[in-house]
Amino acid sequence: MKVYLDNAATTKTDDAVIQAMAAAMAETFGNASSVHGFGRPARQAIEKARRQVAALINAQPEEILFTSGGTESDNLALVGVAEAYRRKGNHIITSQVEHHAVLHTCEHLEKLGYTVTYLPVDEFGRVTAEQVEAAITDETILVSIMYGNNEVGTLMPIADIGRVTRAKGVLFHTDAVQAAGQVPVDVVADQVDLLTLTGHKLHGPKGCGALFVRKGVRVAPQLFGGAQERGIRPGTENVPGIVGLGVAAELAGARLAADGNRRMRELRNYLLKGILERIPEVKVNGHTMERLPNNVNVSVKFIEGEGMLLSLDMVGIAASSGSACTSGSLDPSHVLLAMGLDHATAHGSLRLTLSHETTAEEIDYVLEKLPAIVERLRGMSPLWQAAQSKLGEEVACARQNRAGCACPYKG
Amino acid sequence: MYSEKVMDHFSNPRNVGEVPDADGIGEVGNPTCGDIMRFSIKVEDGVITDIKFKTFGCGAAIATSSMATELAKGKTLEEALQLTNKAVAEALDGLPPVKMHCSNLAADALKAAIRDYKHRRGEDTSELDSVLCAGECHGCGGHDH
Repeated sequence: MKVYLDNAATTKTDDAVIQAMAAAMAETFGNASSVHGFGRPARQAIEKARRQVAALINAQPEEILFTSGGTESDNLALVGVAEAYRRKGNHIITSQVEHHAVLHTCEHLEKLGYTVTYLPVDEFGRVTAEQVEAAITDETILVSIMYGNNEVGTLMPIADIGRVTRAKGVLFHTDAVQAAGQVPVDVVADQVDLLTLTGHKLHGPKGCGALFVRKGVRVAPQLFGGAQERGIRPGTENVPGIVGLGVAAELAGARLAADGNRRMRELRNYLLKGILERIPEVKVNGHTMERLPNNVNVSVKFIEGEGMLLSLDMVGIAASSGSACTSGSLDPSHVLLAMGLDHATAHGSLRLTLSHETTAEEIDYVLEKLPAIVERLRGMSPLWQAAQSKLGEEVACARQNRAGCACPYKG
Repeated sequence: MYSEKVMDHFSNPRNVGEVPDADGIGEVGNPTCGDIMRFSIKVEDGVITDIKFKTFGCGAAIATSSMATELAKGKTLEEALQLTNKAVAEALDGLPPVKMHCSNLAADALKAAIRDYKHRRGEDTSELDSVLCAGECHGCGGHDH
């Protein structure tokens, strides 16, 4: 059995999206900027997609800019606003649990002379509107707080933050790459000024995303060229990608309207409950209620995440982890560390993310396979052995000290 | 990303567990790094007659532990001390570059077990003391987390 539970990484392209993109590539090959009969259908296809994307987040079509994806949208929002509002101030507020597309862009802005406040989060990965309000100074031009976290699924209090930023006259950007299509997103009700979304998290294409920029908000272009996308994002439009994003947005909106992703949420709860019932010493990461409906994130204590991923992959299950081994660095996930997890627990994190196509049979299969995998890896783990012994962590602690290393169980 | 040999040793690790009444036990790494290896050995007439491991860590950590126990079994202590982390990785047809320094500690765990054996017998272990904590893993290195 093949079970894909890594939908926060990317999603399967919807058949309707593939068909629309293939048709766009075959038939709508004209340049959308051309006045002739080959260009006009391309222009029409792009404008239709703009309406479809706008409808998903309750924006106006002219407030949607097409980009190459989430990373570009985040970069354009942050750097574009920072540059356009430089005379107003030089301070930006974000959180410690943002995607690297935001965090590394903020670090770049710091090198350019901007000041950035990285708000800490609580144990569930949340910042509060009060924290944002307290951090705003006369110099603050932009707040960028993600809608839903890509690792632990925690939803931020976006409407509350929007109320604060609007009242203070500070712009508010949110990275909604994980949230758009998962939960109802309304840029008017939430008082959001800029919003990032991308196609491939919504069963659309990779390489095509959008940035919502509220009417009246200025964004300095970061690419220079033609007049496409109002000159803010020049370059001949990726018509098939844009068409695919439009179809994907419309389908995601239809699913939200149909049942608010309730079926997926229930399956997710079933999966989490099943894991907690079958495997001892598991910690749930993220908020229990304020959470994306497709996300399970747990730390399976005393083992390391990559071993779980490899073992799951051998039986056809695709998952993800915040362990250092899978992050490509020596440190585990910055999100889990910001939430206060110790390194060892963060190394044991396992993320399973569903889609609307996930079935109960697939979840049952995971619940059948995972406990044995955990048991096998724990059987090899000296930490599990220590925890099982009477002295438990004290033994492990003494061993560490004997080895001259910092005791990981203290502080 | 992993060789077939790594996946084989990860899936079917050799010599998992703890030697009963071990003559030497060695442990390296720490949970901050994400890798801990604990080796136990039985020594008769200067030869490692039994060896087992317990490892907390990624696929590479488990596979290198398994391979190191296989390479060391039946060897004299002197031969076993010649085993390097690099040789263990080579015996597995290599490791991804990112794993070479973080999860490739099995030869050190073996040395730590031999050191413990010698220490228990009152032998001079000064040459082996450094393997207990080489200060390389960042759990030891005054990292600011």
